[in-house]
Formats: sequence, structure tokens, C-alpha cells
Amino acid sequence: MATAQTKETTYIGVSKPRVDVREKVTGAAVYTDDIQFGAALLHARVKRSPHPHALIKKVDISKAKELPGVRVVVTGQDFPYFTGLYLKDRNIFARDRVRFVGEAVAGVAAITEEIAEQALDLIEVEYEVLPGVFDAVKGAEPGAPLLHPNLGDYEVPNFIFPVPDSNIANHFKVRKGDVETAFAEAATVVEHTFKVPHVQHVPIEPHIAIAQVDGDGNVTLWASSQSPFAQRNLIAKSLNIPESKVRVIAPLIGGGFGCKAGVTMETIPVAIAMKAGGHPVKFRLTREEEFYTNFVRQGLTAKVKVACDKNGKLTAIQNQMWWDGGGYTDYGVNITRAGGYSGTGPFNAPNIWVDSMCIYTNHPVGGAYRGFGMSEVHTGIVQVMSMLAEKAGVDFVDFLKMNVIQEGEKVLTGMTMHKTGIKDCIEKVAKEINWGVKDAPTAPNRKRGKGIAVMWKAPAMPPNAGSSALIKLNEDASVTVMVGGQEIGQGTFTAMAQIAAEAMGVPFESVKVKGPIDTQYSPYEWQTVASRLTWSMGNAVRNAAMDARHKILEVVAEAWGEDIENLDIKEGYVISYASEESISLKDIVVYGIPREGYNGWVGGPIVGSGSFMPSYVTGLDKETGQGDRAVVHYTTGAQAVDLEVDLDTGQLYIHRAVSAFDVGKAINPDLVRCQIEGGFVQGMSSAIFEEMRLVEGVMQNPSFVDYRIATTMDVPAKIDAYIVEAAQDDGPWGARGVGEHPMVPTIPCLANAIYDAIGVRVPNPPLSAEKVYLTMLDNGVVK
Amino acid sequence: MSVTRINLTVNGSKEVVDVPSNWTLLQMLREKMALTGTKNGCAAGECGACTVMLNGEPVNSCMVLAVECDGAEVVTVEGLVQDGQMDVLQQTIIDAGGVQCGFCTPGMLISARALLDRNPNPSADEVRAALVGNLCRCTGYIRIVEAVQTAAQASQ
Ligand code: FES
Ligand code: FES
Repeated sequence: MATAQTKETTYIGVSKPRVDVREKVTGAAVYTDDIQFGAALLHARVKRSPHPHALIKKVDISKAKELPGVRVVVTGQDFPYFTGLYLKDRNIFARDRVRFVGEAVAGVAAITEEIAEQALDLIEVEYEVLPGVFDAVKGAEPGAPLLHPNLGDYEVPNFIFPVPDSNIANHFKVRKGDVETAFAEAATVVEHTFKVPHVQHVPIEPHIAIAQVDGDGNVTLWASSQSPFAQRNLIAKSLNIPESKVRVIAPLIGGGFGCKAGVTMETIPVAIAMKAGGHPVKFRLTREEEFYTNFVRQGLTAKVKVACDKNGKLTAIQNQMWWDGGGYTDYGVNITRAGGYSGTGPFNAPNIWVDSMCIYTNHPVGGAYRGFGMSEVHTGIVQVMSMLAEKAGVDFVDFLKMNVIQEGEKVLTGMTMHKTGIKDCIEKVAKEINWGVKDAPTAPNRKRGKGIAVMWKAPAMPPNAGSSALIKLNEDASVTVMVGGQEIGQGTFTAMAQIAAEAMGVPFESVKVKGPIDTQYSPYEWQTVASRLTWSMGNAVRNAAMDARHKILEVVAEAWGEDIENLDIKEGYVISYASEESISLKDIVVYGIPREGYNGWVGGPIVGSGSFMPSYVTGLDKETGQGDRAVVHYTTGAQAVDLEVDLDTGQLYIHRAVSAFDVGKAINPDLVRCQIEGGFVQGMSSAIFEEMRLVEGVMQNPSFVDYRIATTMDVPAKIDAYIVEAAQDDGPWGARGVGEHPMVPTIPCLANAIYDAIGVRVPNPPLSAEKVYLTMLDNGVVK
Repeated sequence: MSVTRINLTVNGSKEVVDVPSNWTLLQMLREKMALTGTKNGCAAGECGACTVMLNGEPVNSCMVLAVECDGAEVVTVEGLVQDGQMDVLQQTIIDAGGVQCGFCTPGMLISARALLDRNPNPSADEVRAALVGNLCRCTGYIRIVEAVQTAAQASQ
């Protein structure tokens, strides 16, 4: 296991420039849609279900097949195998039943996109419409229409608990102490039910994938992907072929935020290409399809009840969550699990009760979204704590400091909390926002308020999610680092270059980390998700660099007849502290070193390898959710805002946002700040503007005009980002991840500030001007 | 679909292109002229990823028919580098940390270049207004706005 290092570093903790940026500003960067496939390319379109829930009685593709220019038409009958990241509940195309509007029923490939689109109209599908489930709470009740009568037969890992003959795809529980007695004996109790709507990731690059299948059945897939290795695995399963026959190539990606993890639309061009006689088949989602046919962020209903003693010390937390998983929950079941094992937020209480249930509904399919359930969980838990503190007469910052989880305490699942800087984060943001000082509004028709929120999040993944890295040295002593984790904008290639340079002792400028990720040549990486790369892949890169370094030193030690302990690599030279000799890496890393008197050679081309996999994650008891160590670690943080509410319109003006996160060790502080700023704005956008308006399963606003995201005009003038560093014991130089965390506390932070400003609570996002205004009107704040 | 021959200047070079009459300028640039720096984020005029300069004005190239560009002058992100020298905006957006995934960046740079061409010294509010049609999901915009102002100052 890697250990935190204390010695002076050259490239760690330094804001080196991004390695991927020149190509991005010149238009030279290659994204999936930029790859040219020439005249042989076919274009795919998909026939989709107009119904949220229906049986498929008949699919007639005969007319579509006859349309000139159409080359392939496939349906669910062609692909009977199930797939899914956790719960295997999906087929590539619907077979006998559709479960959400937009579900793929048939696929067409033609010589142009227009012809493929025309062919869709010629496919005739006969449905028998069934009653639907459009509310997760109702869907969990006995007697609700069943979406997956075969739920009990699906393949599922041993930490997901489906309830057969119900719509409950996973029921995760924590039972600790006795909440009922604690509520009865408490000085103060607060209970509230919160609702978080479905939202969409909205990467600016829509999903795209191109597949080609050769005569031997070897599949090559080029995809905008966070998860080339997971996709290789899942595609092989869904087509019942070995992994070695699938090669996934993932160029740069134009934003993912989770929606390009796992597998969704990528299987469709592969399925079509299997019948396309060697032609490459391109499938690109339209912006409308992007909104509801692929992964969305699940909706959540959370009934939260908390209690404290007369001093404001928490005595009990109860959180009952119904996740609106959509028609398939192959990924959603684990979001529910993560929501469960983090269901108290970063708070500690002796008595805890959590139910986290993933419910099948006839809504779009839930998948990973930056934060993996944590934005939704924190919406309720942080607001309810603020309500409790007020009712108990305790200042919220004092309440937070008294009740947040501390090193050495047991978290809700029984794991002992590691070192965490959460209190420092709270103190930092409280100080920066001038907590406790009521600032005057800037105009008479405005009210001003401040809000604060805390958060935690652990990487949510299988217990044994692994990373690996390869390092090769080139003739000019430049260093090529090969990884399987994806540069999705977060800057991971830059961080990996810094880690490799530091661990080897070579100049940062001599290290190259580049895509595309190619499952045939790149080393294995589970997925680019969960804010896990800096920590996990960082460890693998560090190990590979140390391996390469050791191999170089061994060669020099032998050639020079020196003790390896006396040798070091500094700025591209091997130096000896004993003989004070030095030699440039250029002279030795490929060609080796001649022995004294040209009596043969030592060494040869240097290649280093390294991997990392956590070995210590344990299971949790099905009934109590207790176990030794449910997760690898928690990253924590705090956020505060100072805002005004316009009394005439309900509009928010955010003057300032301050965030502090404990990243263990910032490998590249400026890139960390970029994540904190961008994450705040994404969180703010989802908090204020965003909601997939679903009526009987039909999304009413699938365009940028009707589903608005934050623009230049909406962001605060100032977003401050502070870095706290309480080292992670098994992180490279103490680092842990922070990619997702910055948006997690934003909804409750803004909701708390609005409450502070207007004196009434608007608990459920989106905290739109309209909703804020109507709440003020209903409560007599304005007339 | 009928094909029309058009003459236009792209990034300073004269071009003759045979293009189907229903194709957009975006399609022509990406699929006929190998200029893939200009991105397709929505094909509906709503995201700004496809922004190019058409006769000096920023436009969403997904909303312009290629045949309308007969005789026009088009500048794409590839045209911002001249004689191997990047536009000052390209350097300042790098330095400011205004690039993450980079998918919005080409369109963002073209909108910013068009702004600075007509207003060499914009206020922060003017920069924000000029970039309102360019959506970015990664950066939070603040560093991009800063980069444009820094470029303006550097060019004074
Ligand atoms: S692609 Fe043209 S505006 Fe979105
Ligand atoms: S950098 Fe990713 S959309 Fe702007």
C-alpha cells in the first residue's frame, strides 16, 4: 500500500499547466465525432417507444427493410441477452415490453441519416398499453403495477438487495441504536419530506458511438466514453461474446458527468454493426434524445426526521428515501446503495435508521450523475439539520461543528472515520462569508441572506475496482504514461504527468499522457467515475513510475558497481551520492549501458508497470447495514453563499460563493479550484433552473430553450475555492478525489440562504424565481 | 437532393465546394472540408458550440444553410492560429484555466474574437452578454470571462 510522503516535492502541490489544452483551443483535439470513416460509413437511427409502459405485441420491419438505402434493421428479437453494470435488467432493444418513453425498440442503419430516419416511420409496432408507475413512493406499495415481474431472476452482485414481486430493485438499510426511543426522549425533533426532481447531465457533446465488426466477429467501438473497459465487459455480455473480441477506443470526451459511464446507447451501433457486413455504423444522439433516452439523475423523495438534546447535540437521524429509478435500474441500484450508506450526510448520532429504496418507475433510466446521489441526499439532510438547529436555538455553524463526523468516530455503517478536515472547511467558509453578520441588501426591493452547507461523499464502486498504469521510456528520455482512465475535462492527464514526473525524478515537460484510451493497448481502469482517479489511478501511476525508476537504477548500479541505495534520479539524470558520477537518462533508458571496457551491455528498453486495488472494503449486513469498512474514504467539504432575493420577481442574485474541500493533498491546486468553481456553477444551475418536467412519463422540456442551464449571465461575480489538506493514508502523497463534491452541498446551501433572506423555506429544487415568488406570496412575505 | 456549387473563403483560403442544398454550414465545414474544430452540440441553434464567424459576425453554423454562404468569408477556430501564432485569446483562456473538456471552447473563442473585433475593451458585463449563447457545462464561465478581459488588455 502506498503511503503519504512528507519529503519535499517538485511537482506535487504545484499548479502545472494542463497537458491537453493547446489542442483544445486550436480545434485540433479529436473527439469521437471528429474521426473520419469515409464512404463506407452507415448511419443509425432508433425507433423509440412513445409509451411509458406497454407490451409489445408485434414489430413489423418489412417495409423499412425495403426502403432504398437501408442496409440493416434489427429488433429486440435479435438480441436476447441481458446486461447492466450492477443489476442485469436490460436488453439492447426492448423485447416484449417497453418501460419508458424513448426506449429503443428497433434500430436502422442506412447510407444517410435522413434515410435511416425515414425508415423509422415504416416500422410498425403494435403495443398493448399498461398502467404506469409515475411516483416512486406509490410504486413501492403493494398492488402497484409491476414493471419487472422477473426481478427475482436477474443476475445481481451480493451487495444489492432486490425485493422480488415488487418494484423495489434495491432496499438498503441501516439500523443502529433505537431511533424511536431517541425521538421520544429528545429535546427537539424536526421532520420534513423533501423532493428532488429528475435532472439531466447535459454534456455539451451529445453521446456518440461508431461500431465496426469484422468477418471474424471482432468488434471495434469508438465512443465518447468514461468507461471503455466497463463498456467492453458489458457489451461482450449483452452480445454473448468474449471480452477479447471487443475493443473500445475512447477519444477525448466533451463532458460526461456520469452519463457516459456504464453502458447505454453504445450497444446499439454494435448490435447493428454485427449485421452490417463490415461497415462502420455511426450513432449520434440528437439533443432531444440526449435529454431523456439515456441516463438521467434519478428523482428522490426523502422523509427525514432528526432529533437533538437540549444543547443541540444530535441524538437520532432517520432518513427514508424512495429513489425514482426509472424503467431499468442497472446502475441506479448502486446509487441507492451509496445514498443509503451515506444517508446521514456527514453527521454523527448514536441512533440511526436509513431506508434507501430504488423503485422501478415508468420514467427515464437513472444513472450516475456527478455526486452519485449525494446532491439529492444532502438536499434533505442538510436542510433538516438547519431547521433543527434553529428550533433548538443553536447557531447553525456551532451546530455543525458540534455534530459533524470526526476522526475516530463510527460512521453510520460502523466504519471508523479517518482523518478529515471537515471542521476546518466549515470554519473557513463561515469566516470568509462573514457568518453571523447580516449585510444590508443592495436595493430596497431585495432581501439578503446567507446560507451554509456541509457534505461528504465516498467513491461508490465495487469493493475491488482496480487501476493500472504502464510507463515506457523513449530514446530522448521522454516518458510515456499509459493509463485507462479518461480525460473528461477534470485534468487527470495533467495530474498523472505530475505524479509520474515526481515519482521518477524526471522533468514534468518530458512526460506525456495522452488518449485515446484503447482497451487493446491501454492498461485496465475500472471506470472514470466516483472521483477515484487521482487516488486510485494516481497510486497505479506512482507505482509504475517507481517500478521504472527502480529498473533504471538497477541497471546503473550494476554498470557502475555501486550500491543502488546511493543512486537517485534528478531532473532526468541518474546521479550517485557516493561516486558523484552522473549520467543522462537519454544515454541509457533504451540502449542500456556498456560494461567497463566494452565488455558487453547492461539493461535495455525500460518499461515500468504498476497497479492499485483497495483490498480492505468489506460487505455490510443486509438487515443492519453494519460492517467494518463500507467504503475506501470520504471526501468532505463545506460551502457558503451570500445572496439576495428580488421581492418583485423571486429572482436570486448570488453575490458570493465560498467553498472549501478536504482533498487530502492537492496534486495540482489550480485544477482543484477549477473543479470547485465549475462544480459550484453546475450545482447552482441544477438548484435554481433545472427540472425534467415529466407528465405521465413524457418529458415536456427536452431542449435547451425549455430546459435551461446556467449561462455566463447567471454566475456570481466571485466564487472562492479553498483547499484543505488532511492527508489520506493510502492516497498518492495523501490525495483523495474532489471532482464530484463541489456540487453536492449547493442545493441546501442556496435553500438555507433563501430562508435566511425571506424567512420562509423553499425546500425543493428547482429554487426558481417563480417558485420563490409564489412561496413569498403564499406566506405573506410579499403581497 | 440537389447539389450546388459555391465559392467562399474559409480561414483565408478560397474554396469551391459542391454541397447538397439542405446541408448546413456546420455540416459542410465538418464533413466536406475536414474542419472538425467546430463542434455540434445541438444542431438547433441553442448551445453555441458551432459558432463561426460569417462575414465578421458570430453565427451558429448549424442554423445557416451552406448554400447561403456563396461568396462569404468564414473563420473557424482553426483560423485563429495564423503563421503558427495563436490568437491572444487562445493563450489567455489557457492561462486563466478556462478550458476543461474543451468542447465549448472553439465556439467560445470565436464569439470572444468577434466581440473584441467590434469592442476592443469590453466590460465584464459586455463579455458576459457576448458569450451568453455559448453554453459551457464544465468551467462555470468565470475564468473564461476573465480570459477575454485579459486578452483585451494585452491587445491595448
Ligand atoms: S450546434 Fe449549433 S447552436 Fe448548438
Ligand atoms: S469546457 Fe466543457 S463544456 Fe466548456
